[in-house]
Amino acid sequence: MKLIVAIIRPDKLSDVLEELYRAKVRGLTVSPVQGHGGELEKVETYRGMTVKMELQEKVRLEIGVSEAFVERTVKAILDAAQTGQVGDGKVFVLSVDNVHRIRTGEVDEQAVTPMSEGAAV
Amino acid sequence: MALPVPMLLAVQEMPVEISGADTAWLLVSTALVLLMTPALGFFYGGLVRSKNILNTLMMSFASLGVVGVAWALLGYSLAFAPGSAWIGGTDYALLSGVGLSGAPAASTVPHVLFMAFQGTFAIITAALISGAVVERMRFGPYLVFIGLWSLVVYAPIAHWVWGGGWLGSLGALDFAGGTVVHVNAGIAAVVAALVVGARQDYGRRALLPHNVTYALLGAGLLWFGWFGFNGGSALGATETAALAFVNTMLAPAATLVMWMILDSLRDRKITAVGAATGIVVGLVAVTPAAGFIGPVAAIVLGAVAALPSYFIILYRSRTRLDDSLDVFAAHGVGGAAGAVLTGVLAAEVWGGAAGPMDGNTGLILTQIIAILGAAAYSAVATLVLLKVLGVFMPLRRTVAEEGVGLDVVLHGEEGYAKGEGAVLVRP
Repeated sequence: MKLIVAIIRPDKLSDVLEELYRAKVRGLTVSPVQGHGGELEKVETYRGMTVKMELQEKVRLEIGVSEAFVERTVKAILDAAQTGQVGDGKVFVLSVDNVHRIRTGEVDEQAVTPMSEGAAV
Repeated sequence: MALPVPMLLAVQEMPVEISGADTAWLLVSTALVLLMTPALGFFYGGLVRSKNILNTLMMSFASLGVVGVAWALLGYSLAFAPGSAWIGGTDYALLSGVGLSGAPAASTVPHVLFMAFQGTFAIITAALISGAVVERMRFGPYLVFIGLWSLVVYAPIAHWVWGGGWLGSLGALDFAGGTVVHVNAGIAAVVAALVVGARQDYGRRALLPHNVTYALLGAGLLWFGWFGFNGGSALGATETAALAFVNTMLAPAATLVMWMILDSLRDRKITAVGAATGIVVGLVAVTPAAGFIGPVAAIVLGAVAALPSYFIILYRSRTRLDDSLDVFAAHGVGGAAGAVLTGVLAAEVWGGAAGPMDGNTGLILTQIIAILGAAAYSAVATLVLLKVLGVFMPLRRTVAEEGVGLDVVLHGEEGYAKGEGAVLVRP
């Protein structure tokens, strides 16, 4: 199993969620974050004060998936989050030592398998 | 005491019949109506997404500047100077002849004050249209549009009804602008929404209000300002002003009650956005009627006027027409309903204008002619204006920029800037 961490544009979040839903990826965490991905700084002016906004609003997705879901999850994010401009974000795929599902105490692959499929096994 | 010479001349010209009471009330009313435009900004701003809050507020605030100046330079003259049945002349252009003596249309208040009072109406009418094009229209073309619209569309229609034009001569009743302000803006809004086009995400994503508290704050301030809008339209501290004032309290109250009943029947939940909308619809509906109908009739008018707007709002969001903040349903439909009901409920004993109950059954037809006439002109003139503007400047930014949000793209500011990661370029 893997932990997929994606940093994307906030205005692409709806597209990504829709694409993940279509790919039958269930169970994820979304958080608003700020970061810098090499894009041009936004310049803003407040009265006489001009500032460069070094940090951009981004959204971080964290998705724990079983091996079978890694590829389609990454593909869904890449397809939906891309604009072609600098600042589209990154997808990281991380190895995970252990996963525990709190409700049932299931571990590892079982813990990141959606309920419907888990019941079938 | 040595007065400056122009002041002295003005004082000498001033006829004795200027009324202190009338002038005082119109001074207060002008300030009240002016406040309605920022209030509208907050009403609209609360209903858009947070990335467009400043742009939406600015669409209202900018009207205070652009339309305020256009009105003084030319708009007032086109609406109120002597002219034809269709448009006023240029006698008052650049405010020439608009001094401290009594206004021709209201002899007990200084002419210059009457001009300013009417200017606040032009300002908010133009700003009302912004609700149909929020979250996507470029700011420059918007400014040019509302400036020209106030001259080409608002001023003539105001002249038709209030400035000695054909609708006034026909006997159409419009106390404070149900047709001139609300039907006019509602129709212009539909045309603007069609010409500018729908928001990129319209119909594909849930486009939710980002701050319903602002919408309620705006609705409350609109109600407060509307006492000046309707009460001030009596143009004096008179019995009619008192009637219009009381009706401005009662009619929206009835609309609000009806709106909450409709909400609870539909979904068993009374919504805050619905309450704010209901208040505005009630205020719109009572506008043409305020000084012509009795207070109990105002309650009836407010309750009945809730119905068409309520159901058209429900229907509109299922169509492809992205009149984003339902300017047509609230102002166009609410204004038309109020104007028709004015024709039904007007009573000579209250307002001095004979209605069906006094035997003047033709009034309803006259009201409908006024609504259709104003709507037709507003639709055609707004369409031509926007189409011509679109030839010279694009009305929208790119899809990507619309995604980022208009606050950053068009204004270089954020409504809710956190300031983290901001590096000072120039102190």
